[in-house]
Amino acid sequence: MKKLFALLGLVCVLLLPRLVLAEDAASAPGIAAPAAVVSAAAAPRLDSGATAWMMTSTALVLLMTIPGLALFYGGMVRKKNVLGTLMQSFAITAMITVLWMVAGYSIAFDTTGMEKGVINVHSFFGGLSKAFLYGMGKDSLTGSIPESVFMTFQMTFAIITPALITGAFADRMKFSAMMAFTALWSLLIYAPIAHMVWSGDGGFMWDMGVLDFAGGTVVHINAGVAGLVAALVLGPRLGYGREPMAPHNLTLTVIGAAMLWVGWFGFNAGSAAAADGRAGMAMAVTQIATGAAALGWMFAEWIGKGKPSVLGIASGAVAGLVAITPASGFVGPTGGLVIGLVAGVVCFWSATSLKRMLKYDDSLDAFGVHGIGGIVGALLTGIFAVESIGGTQGSLLQFMIQLKGTAITIVYTAIGTYLILKALDWAMGLRVTEEQEREGLDIALHGERIE
Amino acid sequence: MKLVTAIIKPFKLDEVREALSAIGVTGLTVTEVKGFGRQKGHTELYRGAEYVVDFLPKVKIEVAIKAEWLERVIETIETSANTGKIGDGKIFVASLEQVVRIRTGESGPEAL
Repeated sequence: MKKLFALLGLVCVLLLPRLVLAEDAASAPGIAAPAAVVSAAAAPRLDSGATAWMMTSTALVLLMTIPGLALFYGGMVRKKNVLGTLMQSFAITAMITVLWMVAGYSIAFDTTGMEKGVINVHSFFGGLSKAFLYGMGKDSLTGSIPESVFMTFQMTFAIITPALITGAFADRMKFSAMMAFTALWSLLIYAPIAHMVWSGDGGFMWDMGVLDFAGGTVVHINAGVAGLVAALVLGPRLGYGREPMAPHNLTLTVIGAAMLWVGWFGFNAGSAAAADGRAGMAMAVTQIATGAAALGWMFAEWIGKGKPSVLGIASGAVAGLVAITPASGFVGPTGGLVIGLVAGVVCFWSATSLKRMLKYDDSLDAFGVHGIGGIVGALLTGIFAVESIGGTQGSLLQFMIQLKGTAITIVYTAIGTYLILKALDWAMGLRVTEEQEREGLDIALHGERIE
Repeated sequence: MKLVTAIIKPFKLDEVREALSAIGVTGLTVTEVKGFGRQKGHTELYRGAEYVVDFLPKVKIEVAIKAEWLERVIETIETSANTGKIGDGKIFVASLEQVVRIRTGESGPEAL
């Protein structure tokens, strides 16, 4: 632990001069940051409608993590771990906010040295020239919105992605190890993947033509696969499969799922970075796919297991939101309907049967819902994309490109996550002791409990 | 003196209490408990994970009474807690050696 703090301190000292410079640059009039989308032809102008929508979207996406995801997960764990679970989402929100400001944003969106069709180190990692938000002033624009809004909007994505992973290792990871893992994972896995997919010309997967409107690969496959690796490295919870581990309060889970649903309009429609027809279409297909997926899961469970459960329909809705994420902004209503239905049924299968078949303890189904749902969405985007909506028509070729993007993301995040976890296991240990796990994370790690 | 302990269905509590008050019982103690008898439990299913819940919620009432009241009290509980369906519960009777009213120090049947 001490080693980690020392390292963190060193990084801060090295980057401090930049911080000072950043403030200077921001206060100097007329110096605008070279934003990715700036073209030489027409000077970009601020669009107040788009800006208003993006500020709203940013707040909506933050609401997805706290309290949405925190409640969704918090209701599913046992009573002795509910505060520990809420704490993970809340602490991640705070920590990623700082890390994104320090370096994450720069690694993801600094376009220095990038050139269309040229693969170099900057196709994978952005530089550090935007560290401490260097150059981001009042007048800097990204497209037609202030860069400050774009940066904060993207920050909320960087926050929710590692928070999703916590569902896989719920009930058993040390808080200190969770914090260290999240910090490293965000900078070494999330930011590079976001860079490869979203940073524009010269980005590795961007140049390949991978379609990912709001984060099917960057957010959901990424988090889902990382969750699966974490569940495998940490091993199952004590008593998994023998002792009852029923959710302690599904009311919280339903409230959380409903907040995710509402917040997701910011996530998907906000990813248009504009308040236009494409954003409107993204909103419509998000709603359609989510309804279809909720029904898909509910009916699959009703037919297969005899009863339509509340946890089932809520999980189905989330699966639909996940699957439509990469597709929104590219597909039409029919595509959204099909993607939703398929995601609902497939994720029902992965969370109930696949997990039992392969015997890993992905406690709250981070992989079963986000990993599998993300893959379903990413692949089907290649089939259902409509040219008049997002500029690309679905085809076998596009499907293959999507498949490649999915595979690259899975390989990168699986290997990277494994290495980070193994290193941390060696340095500080990942799991709480057996006594702590029995007692519950609330008392053992935080010294509090709900009753 | 006798101590009557009855395990009943939770929703029957008010009826039993009213019936006991009507025959002159002036006090009883209630505890929420869990247990199983012939009724057995039920299964719950969460994302495919099936849990058999053996212990069902019940209410335990305890009434301390004079020995001569025993038949009436048993009969009253039996009638008022009855639904005719499995899981209605049981009545246990035990002899009570001593009772003390803490406030006054009275003991024996006067303390009831």
